[in-house]
Amino acid sequence: MKILVCISKSPDTTAKIAFTDNNTKFATDGVQWIINPYDEWYALVKAIEIKEKDPSAVIHLVTVGGADVEPVIRKALALGGDEAIRINADTPDSYYVACQIAETAKQGSYDLVLAGKETIDHNSASIGGMLAELLELPYVSLATKLELNGNTVLITREIEGGEESCEVNTPVVVSCQKGMAEARIPNMRGIMAARTKPLKVVEPVAADSFTGIVSFELPPAKAGVKLIPADNPAELVRVLHEEAKVI
Amino acid sequence: MSVLAFIDQSEGQVKKGAYEALSYAVKLASQLGTTAEAVVLGKLTDDIAALGKYGVKKIYHVADEQLNHLDAQVFADVIAQVARAAGAKIIVLSNNSDGKAIAPGLSVKLKAGLVSGAVALPDTGNGFTVKKSVFSGKAFAHVAIKTDIKIIALNPNSFSITEAGGGNAEVSAFAAAVNTPKVKVTAVNKVKGDVPLGEAEVVVSGGRGLKGPENWGMIEELAKLLGAATACSRPVADTHWRPHHEHVGQTGLAIAPNLYIAIGISGAIQHLAGVNRSKTIVVINKDPEAPFFKAADYGIVGDAFEVVPGIIEEVKKLKGVA
Ligand SMILES: Cc1cc2nc3c(=O)[nH]c(=O)nc-3n(C[C@H](O)[C@H](O)[C@H](O)COP(=O)(O)OP(=O)(O)OC[C@H]3O[C@@H](n4cnc5c(N)ncnc54)[C@H](O)[C@@H]3O)c2cc1C
Ligand SMILES: Nc1ncnc2c1ncn2[C@@H]1O[C@H](COP(=O)(O)O)[C@@H](O)[C@H]1O
Repeated sequence: MKILVCISKSPDTTAKIAFTDNNTKFATDGVQWIINPYDEWYALVKAIEIKEKDPSAVIHLVTVGGADVEPVIRKALALGGDEAIRINADTPDSYYVACQIAETAKQGSYDLVLAGKETIDHNSASIGGMLAELLELPYVSLATKLELNGNTVLITREIEGGEESCEVNTPVVVSCQKGMAEARIPNMRGIMAARTKPLKVVEPVAADSFTGIVSFELPPAKAGVKLIPADNPAELVRVLHEEAKVI
Repeated sequence: MSVLAFIDQSEGQVKKGAYEALSYAVKLASQLGTTAEAVVLGKLTDDIAALGKYGVKKIYHVADEQLNHLDAQVFADVIAQVARAAGAKIIVLSNNSDGKAIAPGLSVKLKAGLVSGAVALPDTGNGFTVKKSVFSGKAFAHVAIKTDIKIIALNPNSFSITEAGGGNAEVSAFAAAVNTPKVKVTAVNKVKGDVPLGEAEVVVSGGRGLKGPENWGMIEELAKLLGAATACSRPVADTHWRPHHEHVGQTGLAIAPNLYIAIGISGAIQHLAGVNRSKTIVVINKDPEAPFFKAADYGIVGDAFEVVPGIIEEVKKLKGVA
């Protein structure tokens, strides 16, 4: 079983969201970068769980980004995984990134390609599906459970108002979310081991980008809370009905 | 050149996200001086021609049985065939669970730029730019699509469903080449009778302030009275007081209901990230310093166990329930 886990960096969940250069760039000053939570807690930890059951499994991590993502990918290696590949490129849009990962995925002929549900900065939820199409593989998105039975993968995925169970043979691309695995923290041994695990840097292939960010915008500030006395629930119900018109 | 909406259905019933995508496609078509068409896959029970009242004239139906359940790869392939035959230049889908599965593959197949998580009609004055939600609801980005064919995946609850006063639509059977799905759906488990959280217009949510799962009775009662879905904060789901699918926030579901009522939730930044697109936020918390009040429209500082039963009584009066 060869597994490829797609790892992206994202700003820490408490990072202040602000923009510079006339609202065209994310203000990265003072921002801490973390492994995108969906990639770490669900995709990567799931791969580690698979390897714990089947020690012959091989886990490769792939990330597209400049040298600045190396601390993040090292942290991922400290959690688990055998080696990492960094594709040394900018990330102009999802299609371009998916094309880069597809190239690496083709060369490694993986049985299972795991991505996060989405990145918490772009919220595109696109790269897994694009990658599957580029590799001409089936795609199961929003997986909350995954089990292996030989070459068959049993997956539960989220649907509106419930869940759906499905079966698919490897190779397959899966996007992962909560339920897949329990979050872990790296231990000392993992951190030491990560220092010597291979981190290969490869150059990008030529690819198009289909979209581009023109500018950012912050939502308008809230007008401020209107407090209602605790002993007057009737007033809350009145304002929700008459002023806000939401009930 | 036309705008094609994907009508997402489940077990024959059209999903809310599909009505939103359709309304969006119709508005966009009129903005561009063209027509909106739609495509629906699989077996239907809803009267699909009646969707004409939302302003769509023609609906392509691919009835193949293999399309009764989602296989993202097969769906993208069939929708691409319809889009090519219809000469569609823009395809609109809901960014719901199926849309997230299908849109990326469709984008690759059609070499069409995709904006997922759109929250408004595109700006077509100079190029083609779509506003989308980024940073987990903490900001928006304006994204230009540079390709000839364009795909927009519309965030649920971001665009209102509007009737456009048309008669029945023409439903035309479309003979697509359907590949055998590689993903075999073995079971569908839907919580019957409940409002799906992602589609809900009103959401009643509880946090650790409720002390334990045994206290959720009042949350469920209030939700039921309001026709609302129930949600919770992450620690509540992590400790299994409530099921995982109710977890909202940066690492849970992101929602945008008309009304979000947060009870006993502190309002951590990661929680707010998933709910701050709600149109109206009500916070009930006994701590006046709880950060959630800064993000709220209406607030009650008080003990949930005293305040919520009082609200339930008042809602009963409003709804005329004894
Ligand atoms: C990377 C990361 C991602 C995260 N993602 C998410 C996420 O997606 N969603 C999420 O929710 N959290 C997330 N969190 C966790 C988040 O930081 C908070 O810990 C969490 O939201 C707190 O949940 P809570 O408000 O229910 O509990 P608490 O913070 O413990 O708040 C309980 C509140 O209840 C109030 N209270 C107590 N008793 C009563 C009473 N009787 N009546 C009224 N009010 C009362 C208290 O005043 C308090 O404000 C994430 C954290 C990290 C680090
Ligand atoms: N730069 C990147 N390098 C590697 N994987 C990525 C990158 N960006 C996104 N991904 C993967 O694709 C998933 C979905 O990202 P997105 O489509 O950008 O929301 C993420 O959860 C990652 O698993």
